[in-house]
Amino acid sequence: MAFAWSKFSSPASFYPLAGKMIPWFAWGAAILTAIGLWIGFGLAPTDFQQGEAYRIIFIHVPSAWMSMFVYLVMAFWSALYLGFNTRLSAMMAQALAPTGAVMTFIALWTGAFWGRPTWGTYWAWDARMTSELILLFLYFGVIALRAAIEDPRRADRACAVLALVGAINVPIIYYSVKWWNTLHQGASVSATEAPRMASIMLTGMLVMSLAAWFYAIAVVLARVRTIIVERERGAAWLHALPEVAQA
Amino acid sequence: MSTMVVAQSPATAAPGAVLPGVRWALARDLRLALRSRAELAVQLLFYVIVVSLFPLATTPERTQLSAIGPGVLWVAALLASLLSLPRLFAADYADGTLEQIALSPYPLESLVVGKVLAHWLTTGLPIVLLAPILGLQYALDNELLVVLAAALLIGTPVLSLLGAIGAALTLGLRGGSSLLALLILPLYVPLLIFGAGAVEATRSGLGATAHLSLLGAAFLVALVGTPFAAAASVRIALD
Repeated sequence: MAFAWSKFSSPASFYPLAGKMIPWFAWGAAILTAIGLWIGFGLAPTDFQQGEAYRIIFIHVPSAWMSMFVYLVMAFWSALYLGFNTRLSAMMAQALAPTGAVMTFIALWTGAFWGRPTWGTYWAWDARMTSELILLFLYFGVIALRAAIEDPRRADRACAVLALVGAINVPIIYYSVKWWNTLHQGASVSATEAPRMASIMLTGMLVMSLAAWFYAIAVVLARVRTIIVERERGAAWLHALPEVAQA
Repeated sequence: MSTMVVAQSPATAAPGAVLPGVRWALARDLRLALRSRAELAVQLLFYVIVVSLFPLATTPERTQLSAIGPGVLWVAALLASLLSLPRLFAADYADGTLEQIALSPYPLESLVVGKVLAHWLTTGLPIVLLAPILGLQYALDNELLVVLAAALLIGTPVLSLLGAIGAALTLGLRGGSSLLALLILPLYVPLLIFGAGAVEATRSGLGATAHLSLLGAAFLVALVGTPFAAAASVRIALD
């Protein structure tokens, strides 16, 4: 018998599945973070140009990747919701937004801390930094729109439209900022790393990226479970759950 | 009063009539806008005042003014557009007219285009016409003024088109206007960059063609895509 994907589009069957998956991803994230930090801060050599300051890339680069990827995933679930009208897709999109915003914020914050010793400034209007800042505003927009609408169904649909419009705009914003920047000040400041990266550094970064993935999945699943509990509070299956029945 | 204007024609329209839908919504919204000319004048005055504040806050020195001028005029255009966006749907939503409009046989997308066109004619176009005069205050020479007006002419319709999505999404919400700013201003960023960049490129001798072409591309993409997104947003708000 074929595996019934659609079965898990119902909150009632996804809720226990998510509950089973969370420990795996949470422990995976913890272990991978430990390994990644050990490689990044223990094994990787000091960079001969940037000194010890470069080590923040083990947090900075994975969070920057996640910040953009999470937006795409959010847009994907939004499109799925608008196409198939599956409530769970909208809940997934809702659960992803705060994680994406946090990742964007971490990327900006660590970038500033890396920029201070390396470029001599916390902030430059570099193309990547600027578009990352605008991405943060886009996340805030989706979260604020959700918060402003009381009817959850309207909030789902409005946020889905906004996420899709934003997803189309993200590449346009990125390239516009990039061209703007090259016109204004040339490549005096560039966010690109040293041309060739030692393989141990790359390994550390990839392990940390994997850790960021696992963390994001665990957190989003946990959040989607609370959203399900909140929004399905009238449903009979929810009250039959042992953890709900006890409380 | 607005319901009376609605009651005339769409009931007899042929289903799926796009251009008549645009024309009807355009005529109706223009008529309504021209009945409240004071409101339009206030929005233009807002534009003029914002532009006039920057020299006071920075410097009356001519070379510096001409450096920041195009950017100031564009930022003020974004803010003026933002301020006038609630007019697109809010009044019709509040008195139930929007629901009747959505029920008409015309495609909702065509009605949205008509409304956006009326919005642009009453807010965007006056900004385009005023900009060269305000640009004189910023010591921009004639060539730059022409480029500035051309960039605004192509860019301001996109402001209205994109803004329609935000205006529809925030219909009837608490803190709607500041929320609208948060939703829409990040999406305006490319227009701001290309628009103010066109003037900058002319000044530096590169020519404005590239920037104006990009603005034109943005306009075409917005013209094709935003009516569907805005109409979907209106339906969501009416649900």
